[in-house]
Amino acid sequence: MLTVSHISKTYGTGEQATQAIADVSFEVGREEFVCIVGPSGCGKTTLLRIMSGLLSASGGSVELEGGAVAAPPERMALVFQDYSRSLFPWMTVAANVDFPLRRKAIAKGDRRQAVEEALASVGLEGFGARYPWQLSGGMQQRVAIARGLAYRPEILLMDEPFASVDAQTRADLEDLVLRLRHDYGVTIVFVTHDIDESVYLADRVVILSSRPTIVQETLDVPLPRPRDQVTTKELAEFAQLRAHVYRAIKRPDRDQLDQVPATR
Amino acid sequence: MSATASPARAAPRLRVPDAALPGLGVLAVLAALELVVRAGLISGRFFPPPTDIFSALVRQLGESAYWSAILHTLEGWAIGLAIAIAIAVPVGLALGFSEILYHATRPIVEFLRPVPSVALVPLAILVYGTGLQSKVFLVAFAATWPLLIHTIYGARDLDPVQLETARSFRIRRTDRILRVTLMGAVPYIVTGLRIASATALILAVTAELIIGSEGLGRSINIARQGGAVDEMYALIVTTGLLGWALNSLFAVGERRVLHWHPSQRREAS
Amino acid sequence: MSRRALLVTVEIATPLAVLAIIWIWTAGAESYYFPPLADVLSAFGDTWVFERFTSDVVPSVSRLAAGYALAVVLGMSLGVVLGQQRTLRRMATPVIEFLRAIPPPALVPFAILVFGVENDAKIFLIAIGCVFPILLNTIDGVAGVEPTLLDTTRVYRIGRLDRLRYVVLPAAAPQIFAGMRTSLSLSLILMVISEMVASTNGIGYFILQSQRSFAITEMWSGILLLGLLGYLFNAIFTLVERRILAWHRGARAGAG
Repeated sequence: MLTVSHISKTYGTGEQATQAIADVSFEVGREEFVCIVGPSGCGKTTLLRIMSGLLSASGGSVELEGGAVAAPPERMALVFQDYSRSLFPWMTVAANVDFPLRRKAIAKGDRRQAVEEALASVGLEGFGARYPWQLSGGMQQRVAIARGLAYRPEILLMDEPFASVDAQTRADLEDLVLRLRHDYGVTIVFVTHDIDESVYLADRVVILSSRPTIVQETLDVPLPRPRDQVTTKELAEFAQLRAHVYRAIKRPDRDQLDQVPATR
Repeated sequence: MSATASPARAAPRLRVPDAALPGLGVLAVLAALELVVRAGLISGRFFPPPTDIFSALVRQLGESAYWSAILHTLEGWAIGLAIAIAIAVPVGLALGFSEILYHATRPIVEFLRPVPSVALVPLAILVYGTGLQSKVFLVAFAATWPLLIHTIYGARDLDPVQLETARSFRIRRTDRILRVTLMGAVPYIVTGLRIASATALILAVTAELIIGSEGLGRSINIARQGGAVDEMYALIVTTGLLGWALNSLFAVGERRVLHWHPSQRREAS
Repeated sequence: MSRRALLVTVEIATPLAVLAIIWIWTAGAESYYFPPLADVLSAFGDTWVFERFTSDVVPSVSRLAAGYALAVVLGMSLGVVLGQQRTLRRMATPVIEFLRAIPPPALVPFAILVFGVENDAKIFLIAIGCVFPILLNTIDGVAGVEPTLLDTTRVYRIGRLDRLRYVVLPAAAPQIFAGMRTSLSLSLILMVISEMVASTNGIGYFILQSQRSFAITEMWSGILLLGLLGYLFNAIFTLVERRILAWHRGARAGAG
């Protein structure tokens, strides 16, 4: 569905040029849940911004269902890490969720219903009249997710959405995202620095290297679904996968990195 | 070039270096004005071409009356501002520092604050006549308010942690007041000073305009009455340059002071 | 008495005490420049409570309103454009900064030259003096909109007009209002100046005329009126600002 081909990104020119991303390629299939992990500063957010069309790449291309991504595509939504800066404080929660729908050709009554459904599915039923700053961090992020959902995208990109929330809220939000993927059939690309989270959520994990970034490895995560915070994490396989990712990131095999990565 | 801000479309861009843009803007405006006036779109009677204004300005530089006017304006500005500082800073610190005094005077200050100082021009004429004293009175009165308000804010914005730290080190009370409170209030006072300076200039020119005290305001009016339009504009430009110079002076000082102040250093979040 | 009660009492009692002192002192001092407060208040009632209301107050306030409105419209429109166009902004900034540094009273002769001594001159003067705080604050507010908010509008492909109306302007609103507040006090000052220099009616004109004809109590009543108007305009502005920016106070309190 989404094809990332040989994306590279270089900042600056001439002598001061820094290559943030060297060569990243991978594919995302329909309704897949792909997590992208990597060491700090490896350009995960940059990559996501390129994938979403907010930023242009220096080389390579991104294609969504055959069409090149040069600007944010219609069928894609993005959930930012900093919810406090992506929700509009002068609008109520419901208005925030409703806002992207205004330009779609939907009748007003249907729009209201879509908003209510979205809020209900993230567990914020009845909070429509509140303002974002009246809610806790986790709830605000849920509003951002609801906004993405109501938009009915085919693919949802999420940029470390749970990094600014406490651990318990994060667990709830992880399960929420899984449930939504199941209910709505959205394709999800999820960037995170949390290794446990990446294995817990993903069908596949794309492991990035440090700068200049390449795809170190893509790892299948054949853990059974539905996932569960307790039972899934008790599985031996979970621990193995997790350790594998950890080693890949923390102690990368230098020889591996020098090779041109094999893409899927 | 910040790559995070660039859109995915490539936009054709003119090869103009960024640093040249401000100068280019000034030139463009001047050129446009010159053309519009010379072409007769605006009557030269009302607005001469910039080149004429410029030559009038250069002529003025050789006239002693020109420099005398500037000095007279600065005189009123400086004395009035000095008086304002002498009143506003001590009073502001006292009011800000003492809860009781602050609450006692707050309604009075809040009520008098929006009163336009120009309303007192006739009173100034009445009491002080048409000379320097009138001007100084008006300047001092007007400049006191912003400085007072800002000083009060500064004195009230005490960082309790700093005070406690000072107290725990058993630093003498007067020293504590001076160092911690005063240092904390300085940025506010400096900002208030910048605003007070601009206010002072406005009132100085106002006094010259309405009362007829010597200075740029009076010169501008006389130039208009005498039909010397070029000179009038040259003098207006001079007043603008004066205002700009004074403002820059205080702005630089403000930046310096704000730079080191702890409240201005953002914590890495 | 609790500390809080003491402060409130002091806050109420002190102005009253000051008024009382002024009342008594001016009544007894027989000062030419400071007539008894009682006389000033009665002159106030005679003059402004409707005798000279239409002849002076209405023209003054209408001119102020017209000039201020003009400044708001011009300042905000230009500010939005410059706030969003970096190149234009860089080019325009030195010119704006210079024009803004000209003390507005220096522009009075210019206004009189171009517009004569009628209403237009005064409205123009008020407008040109008041446009700069609004313009500069609008530029700052628009240019400083949180980038993530703008990214959000791009992700959801929000149209330009909607983005301006529902995102950029609300985000810049606190800054714009700060500029509008500064311009409000400036507008009152310029209204008075323009009326003292070139007018045949208005509150400023009245005060100056009173002084010239040595009608001191009337002069003071005019000053009092200006004070009341200044206070009133500010209070109304604060009320309006509070309603429109209610979200801003909440958001700032919630953050951090």
